[in-house]
Amino acid sequence: MANDPEEKQPPASPKEGPSAVKPPAAASGPASRAPAAPAAPAAKPLAAAAPPKPPAPSKEGPVPLDNDLVKRYKERFGDAIREAWIDRKQAILVVARERLVELATYSRDDEKFDWLSDLTAVDWPKREQRFDVVLNMYSFEKNERLRLKVYASADQRVPSVQGVWATANWEEREVYDMFGVVFEGHPDLKRILLPDEWQGYPLRKDYDILTQDTAWVRENLGIESGQ
Amino acid sequence: MAEQRIPFATHAETTVLGADEIVLNMGPQHPSTHGVLRVKLRLDGEKVIGSECVIGYLHRGVEKIAEHRTYTQFAPYVDRMDYVAAVSNGLGYCEAVEKLLGAEAPLRARVIRTILTELQRIASHLFWLGTHALDIGALTPLFYCLREREEILKIFEKYCGARLTTHAFRIGGLQYEAYDEFEKDVERFCKPFDKRVDEYESLLTSNRIWVGRTKGIGILTAKEAIDYAASGPVIRASGVKWDIRKAMPYAAYDLYKFEIPTGKNGDTYDRYIVRMEEMRQSRLICLQAIENIPAGPIMGKVGKVLKPPPGEVYHSIEAPKGELGYYIVSDGTTQPYRVRIRPPSLINLEAFDKMIRGHLVADVVAIIGTLDIVLGEVDR
Repeated sequence: MANDPEEKQPPASPKEGPSAVKPPAAASGPASRAPAAPAAPAAKPLAAAAPPKPPAPSKEGPVPLDNDLVKRYKERFGDAIREAWIDRKQAILVVARERLVELATYSRDDEKFDWLSDLTAVDWPKREQRFDVVLNMYSFEKNERLRLKVYASADQRVPSVQGVWATANWEEREVYDMFGVVFEGHPDLKRILLPDEWQGYPLRKDYDILTQDTAWVRENLGIESGQ
Repeated sequence: MAEQRIPFATHAETTVLGADEIVLNMGPQHPSTHGVLRVKLRLDGEKVIGSECVIGYLHRGVEKIAEHRTYTQFAPYVDRMDYVAAVSNGLGYCEAVEKLLGAEAPLRARVIRTILTELQRIASHLFWLGTHALDIGALTPLFYCLREREEILKIFEKYCGARLTTHAFRIGGLQYEAYDEFEKDVERFCKPFDKRVDEYESLLTSNRIWVGRTKGIGILTAKEAIDYAASGPVIRASGVKWDIRKAMPYAAYDLYKFEIPTGKNGDTYDRYIVRMEEMRQSRLICLQAIENIPAGPIMGKVGKVLKPPPGEVYHSIEAPKGELGYYIVSDGTTQPYRVRIRPPSLINLEAFDKMIRGHLVADVVAIIGTLDIVLGEVDR
């Protein structure tokens, strides 16, 4: 299932320690989608050789997912479901940006993911669409979590889900504040943690202490910032 | 200084005022905002008809700092978010990274983590109760609450040397073995603690002033609480029986019996009752846990250099204030690519505007208090 079975199953039997868990970690290299895997297995070829545990490799690293939940989403939204994978037993759907509100409403009402626990973003500057906007949803009824992702470039607007979950209001403001992602349809999109006049978006990967808004700091705090 | 440069009312709702309306600025330096929270209130006489929270005065860029530290180096920083419940912050972070690594702490470590985290919950709730009661005008509970909290902090100090920003856990387990008298100290604190909670309750629960100041104030219905993604005691007081310790057990919570207290009306009084009962339940968890702390190693094999395989994980725990979530993205290097912290205080505070409308200015401090926010966590 799309949920996190690891969290549900009672781990009453004391696990024999992570040494038993480690080998699949190393073995996940080939199964993983990401090309950068060699970093992990390098250290422990020994452990990987010892116990051959075939079902475990999915333990780490993303693997494509195609379960009932994904099928339902695909049936309903077709191409709007771009990708689906499972990572650390947590289901992730990448969806079309334009249909986010529709998808969010469906998730809330029909799939009962009625609680938006978190909305955030990740910056991948080398990608054409550099931002992931990530919605972490939770369903009380199913006791499951599901993650929706949309991709957006710096000048693409993301539809606001503030109308679906009131909580998204501040979280979208924070994403705007930190990444400069603009949410279409947000009633009051302005900075939340930083001062209103601040220049730049701190959580972008190309922002560092040398590019921060020294002018603001000098003017308002009367100190020299940075190094 | 900076205050004058910022336009006073930028919010759409506070710009156009009626003839009898005023905008009152509260904070950021105000003793009952529990830190540096600034609230702009739109008033009609003494009635609040709109509000806006201005936050960020304590913003330190914790999420950015994380990207420039290794997984291990970042661990002490999380203690500085919710600094009255540092142990819980550390637990959430360590477990999230463990999940990312595919490792798990040994059972002994998980049991000790559970005990310390529950003590921390009691300490956090005690501090909340003392200051919340103080805000509303009951001075006495503060002294009692801090007296008991001190005992918990002493246990922390004996365990790891620090009282507040403890950095008690390590990724993969614990750095320190429990000291010799650990169980005894916890027992000595927990055994009489239910009487202490009764004592606080005798001061407040049926106190007419207390009831008058809290009953029917700041109502959040279950539907609204879900809409605003409130968590922890706030959502439970609204009648949603949901606790991550039960729903998705972590640490060693699946080994112990405890109840999830809920309220009916979702008002300030119910949140008070829920938190009082939570302290009793935490005491029970501690007592069950010290009975049998399993022997064994306290540190799992996670290696000295942590390099989680590429991927991402969202892990959340039931912190004293609500759901504390960590969303960590790894690119396979020793430093996290992105750490997003879902702070329960921030999200609970978002419902403030909903709760305050229609109430009096005096209720503002009651509602800020009942949300149990810590600005270090709101602003990060």
